[in-house]
Amino acid sequence: MSGANEYHPSLTRGLWALTVRELKKWLKDPVMVLMLVLQPLIWMGLLGKSMNIGALFTSGNLGNISVPDLTIGNVTIPGTLIEQQLQQMFSGIGTTVMKNTFGVADYFSYMAVGMISMIVMTTTMFSGMSIVWDRRLGFLDKVLSTPVPRGAIIFSKVLNATLRAIFQATIILALAYILGLQLSSTFTLLNLLGIYAAIFLLGVGLSSVFIAFSLRSTRMERPMQIISLIMMPLMFASNTFFPISLMPDWMQMIARVNPLSYVTDAVRQLTILPLDASALVIDFVYLGIFAAVLATIGIVLSWRYLTK
Amino acid sequence: MSDNVIVAEGLTKVFNRSLVAVDHVNFSVEDGEIYGFLGPNGAGKTTTINMLITVLKPTEGKASVLGFDIIKQANMVRKVIGVVPQEYTADEDLTGYENIILCADLYGIPREVSKKRALELLELVELTEFKDKRVETYSGGMRRRLELACGLINRPKVLFLDEPTLGLDVQTRTATWNYIRRLKKEYGMTLFMTTHYLEEADALCDRIAIIDHGKIIVTGAPSQLKEGLGGDIITISIKENADVSEIIRGVENVKEVKNEDGAYRIKAEAGEVTAPLIIEALRKKGYTVTKLSLTEPTLNEVYLEYTGKAMRDTEESKEAFISQRLTLRRARTG
Repeated sequence: MSGANEYHPSLTRGLWALTVRELKKWLKDPVMVLMLVLQPLIWMGLLGKSMNIGALFTSGNLGNISVPDLTIGNVTIPGTLIEQQLQQMFSGIGTTVMKNTFGVADYFSYMAVGMISMIVMTTTMFSGMSIVWDRRLGFLDKVLSTPVPRGAIIFSKVLNATLRAIFQATIILALAYILGLQLSSTFTLLNLLGIYAAIFLLGVGLSSVFIAFSLRSTRMERPMQIISLIMMPLMFASNTFFPISLMPDWMQMIARVNPLSYVTDAVRQLTILPLDASALVIDFVYLGIFAAVLATIGIVLSWRYLTK
Repeated sequence: MSDNVIVAEGLTKVFNRSLVAVDHVNFSVEDGEIYGFLGPNGAGKTTTINMLITVLKPTEGKASVLGFDIIKQANMVRKVIGVVPQEYTADEDLTGYENIILCADLYGIPREVSKKRALELLELVELTEFKDKRVETYSGGMRRRLELACGLINRPKVLFLDEPTLGLDVQTRTATWNYIRRLKKEYGMTLFMTTHYLEEADALCDRIAIIDHGKIIVTGAPSQLKEGLGGDIITISIKENADVSEIIRGVENVKEVKNEDGAYRIKAEAGEVTAPLIIEALRKKGYTVTKLSLTEPTLNEVYLEYTGKAMRDTEESKEAFISQRLTLRRARTG
């Protein structure tokens, strides 16, 4: 009998095999891939284009104001003249207001980038959840009965979630560019690497925790409920769709610890804003810490479950 | 170490500090035999297998597979065993071939070896024709065979089969038994299996252990257990409402009489000769026999003898079964 002990199950081999399994599952499902493209397209197309905040500042929107005649000393300026003057200046003021508020003149660019963080967040949380099915269908027990290192099981889920998120982010960026995203003059293709790094960090942190949570929750609906509960707050209490500085104080406090704010800012710095190196460093340091802490918690909890 | 491939001593699993799934179980499996755990759903069969295949840690007691301790040397155990789980674990979105290669990768088998071996195994379980078809198009029997092939990819010395024909129709079940017999012959493995089908245990196992409520009630070869019953079983009903146990006991060759709600369950040697004698004896005393049946002992009788209930009865109480499953599931995740 040939000795089965000659084989060397390794972390990388197992990790690769399990990750390829997930990616194959994914790519063999054309509808799924189509959905991944359609979902951001719909969000960007409808939300991004309908919330046309820049269009608030057109002269037509100032049409009904009436200004009384202004008398300074013995000079009287007719109100109608001031009205005309204001209407002419208004669109110019608008651009400045937009720039001061959003950093860019068009809201679509601002929001399209926020879309990337939103999609990364949902994708990583949902793909972490797939381990619930592995457990339910007996696949997990089967894998646990093989000598594959336990770490490979957890890391493959994390890697899969992150790769999916990166793939989707690339599609969103491309789509947004086609729909009119205005890249800043500092953008180079090299910036994509920075974007991927930021997404990777958020993905690792979020998926690790969700894998642990999914493994340990007794009901399979639970992770789903948690995702829908925290998705909206995370999305809106961040700079994804609106600048933090204009939020009420209590909300600012949430937004400033919300990792989504940092990913969004990093990606904006790397795409539509003129690059501010010091801000970017802060973003990455925060994301690095976030990923390290959450991944540690998640992996330790999953590990303890799997080796129980 | 003797010839024993699997040895369990006082193996116990308690879930949630209250639900005793496996209760101080002792057994040993010899090299090259098919050893079966027979018992109703929720008896503790799967929990035992999960401990032996190192997926669950025992609460108490110890066990070894091929001399490797299932706790301290779990990784060594994992390398030398093959597992065919109760569920269909093959990935539905992948092809049969891809599934086997995935299993091989988990064992760290080099690709040049695993590719050849996968094709061999697919041939063996007669799935070559379907190897590039997605598993979602497979029938239940085909899936079961694919699981068998996956479980053999590392050339295991011990193969664990958990309810290998669960949910299959009778025909497919018989076919699957043939595959299992062939695989065992081909690879000279030791097999440990669980089942709640009496026919399956009878047809496949060299030795069985009847397990109920987490405890082993009796062990032995199926034929030995049947002989142990001491002959055939005669069941008799009479028209009159009276206890005739004593009259029956007086008949030659009768070993034991049990009155079960008006029906007498009689153990007797040479049943075909004894049955007419019993009828004769009863008629002499003026009783009329309304029903008579004669059965050679099957595992069903063995089961009834040792657990005091028919296997079917336990299967029927679905609610109890479901609630136990739920408890088990919660317990295992808590």
